[in-house]
Amino acid sequence: MLKIQNLHVSIHGKEILKGVNLEVKRGEVHAIMGPNGTGKSTLASVIAGKEIFDVTEGSITYKDKNIFDLSIEDRAREGIFIGFQYPVEIPGVSITNFMRTALNEIRAYRGLEPLGAAQFLRLMEEKKKIVELQSKLSERSVNEGFSGGEKKKNEIFQMAVLEPELAILDETDSGLDIDALRVVANGVNQLRNPENAAIVITHYQRLLDYIIPDFVHILFDGKIVKSGPKELAMELEEKGYDWIKSEYEQSKLIGK
Amino acid sequence: MERFNQTIEELYREMIQIDSLQIPCRELRDQGMALFREKGIPHGKMEKWRHKAIDTLLVKPDQPFKPYLIQTEPSPYQPIDQVFKCEIKNIGTISYHLLNGWYIHQNKPLDIRDNGVIVGSINAAYQQFPELVSHYFNQLDPEKQDGLIALNQALFTDGIFIYVPDNVVVETPIQIVSLVDTLQKLMIQHHHLVIVGKNSQLSLVHCNDSVHEENSFINNILEINLEANAQLHYYKMENKDAQSILVNNTFVNQAADSRFTSNMITFNCGYVRNSLEVHLKEEGSDANLYGLYLVDRKQYIDNQVNVIHHVPHCTSNQIYKGIADDEAGANFSGHIYVAKDAQQTAAYQINRNIALTDEAKITTRPFLEIYADDVKCSHGATIGQLDENAMFYLRTRGICLRNARMLLMFAFANEIANLVLIEKLRERLNDMIKRRLSGELTICDQCMMNCADKENLIYDIDTTRLRS
Repeated sequence: MLKIQNLHVSIHGKEILKGVNLEVKRGEVHAIMGPNGTGKSTLASVIAGKEIFDVTEGSITYKDKNIFDLSIEDRAREGIFIGFQYPVEIPGVSITNFMRTALNEIRAYRGLEPLGAAQFLRLMEEKKKIVELQSKLSERSVNEGFSGGEKKKNEIFQMAVLEPELAILDETDSGLDIDALRVVANGVNQLRNPENAAIVITHYQRLLDYIIPDFVHILFDGKIVKSGPKELAMELEEKGYDWIKSEYEQSKLIGK
Repeated sequence: MERFNQTIEELYREMIQIDSLQIPCRELRDQGMALFREKGIPHGKMEKWRHKAIDTLLVKPDQPFKPYLIQTEPSPYQPIDQVFKCEIKNIGTISYHLLNGWYIHQNKPLDIRDNGVIVGSINAAYQQFPELVSHYFNQLDPEKQDGLIALNQALFTDGIFIYVPDNVVVETPIQIVSLVDTLQKLMIQHHHLVIVGKNSQLSLVHCNDSVHEENSFINNILEINLEANAQLHYYKMENKDAQSILVNNTFVNQAADSRFTSNMITFNCGYVRNSLEVHLKEEGSDANLYGLYLVDRKQYIDNQVNVIHHVPHCTSNQIYKGIADDEAGANFSGHIYVAKDAQQTAAYQINRNIALTDEAKITTRPFLEIYADDVKCSHGATIGQLDENAMFYLRTRGICLRNARMLLMFAFANEIANLVLIEKLRERLNDMIKRRLSGELTICDQCMMNCADKENLIYDIDTTRLRS
């Protein structure tokens, strides 16, 4: 469903991704791990369509379409969802209004009738339960005044409403206490099905106790340097990133 | 400008000849005319007009001059409810109408209610209550008057008079609809007067609309007097066509513990200048001045706010927000003056703007003049663009560029509309903001309150009444 080939990305002339290869099939959950500053969030942003990045080489295809031919909104309408590490606060835009606009635009793209007000509100109530959101969303602006945990829950809530085919969660666990972590992970797990896929980007292994991945990839210095089954995450937690670092340095030396 | 001034002289001679007005206007006209001869129309070299000159709008340098006309008597009465396909009733107000410079009524120039409230023509009010009216009428500081105020004094025709006696809470908001409907190039000078007595309360909705494309020049004076502990909510709605020039000079005098709230909302205009001067004259008075302007194409909106804290323990708060698209322009000049002895003053001011294009021109000019040493004053002014990060975020949820912009602009504008306390008016406004931002609400929607269709001109002016 998603195929990334030899992806090179730079920002302001500085190369951040240096040839990433990754293939995600329906029904799979991939975890991407790696130390800070190795390009994990850049990868998510490029898939989302953030314009400040220059793709200098390589390709990303999604459902056999060149993703760079799709506008930001069309990527979402085609079923890609990005859960951001730092969700933006949008004062004055109510969550209800936001989600209704988004959902109906996506539905229109797929040739579906817009949801009526009552139907939509029912859907909101149903999805709120998934992430244990209590507050009245119609009265709250998007992320405004939300705690870190609430912002992340709100991302998962949006995901639940929009029902993407491919969800990319960028450090969704960062800044969460153990309860919020469980809620977020449960939310993700409830949405898992054989037709969908997910990429979970995380710094720590602990999220992977709740969301069991099929594959673990380690991103380092702009490349995926190691891939393996879920046990790789455990090994990484045990040995730390220095292990990857020294292995990588060695391979580089050998390469020379 | 010479031709323009000539026209004014001619109109002045005409007005004093046919004067049937009851206000002792001869004296006022003479004074006004003398002052106008001295000051003339403000021009771009004057500080308060520097950002946008009005003289070159009134007399376009590149076009042959066509003189302005004044309609010298009221149009014949027409049952407004029938011809005026307006949703005014739906916002729950009682409305009074002005057309082409005159109060429109059916043999009832004054509505005198059982509780003592009086609403109607200022001319009729003077005839019936000369002492009351003359006590408050034209109490303007001659030192501060500019050529436009002088022009109004020289040529004014009619206006609305509202009197709320002491201890009366007017439950149903009063609405003034000031319409221009003519194919002529009309000049209109209203002079309105509002008096809210001790402990009394009033909500006033004031609409300035034009019915179709015309070249009118409207130059209003509104005097508002709030007695001790009085409250007035004043909502000013402007939806004018691109050819019109509208100048509003509003003066507010506040006695002890009175509260004045204004909300100036401009959706479409050719050129609009709202000059608002609020005098906090006695302790405990409070002024909340809000404004919202959404302009595009070549429209220009100018808000001049002047708050004068004369005495201690008064508060004022200004929040103005605006969006300029295309080549539109906007100016906000906010002046807070705190007199030497006005200790314990709290005065705040915020002006936020969004320029949607490189061609849109916005100026914001906060100006604080403080002579007391124990005060809380602040101001903030910004001119920016829509938040790129927020736009991106919205788009990653499948919302197209256009709707993402809409959502953000609506959120920005909505803050001011939400300060409107009349629920139906607020709902209506929010709906209109949405339509305005999506480009659906134009002057073709007719007046602010969305009345008739363009095919049926509402008031057909009998042109024989117009004298050039």
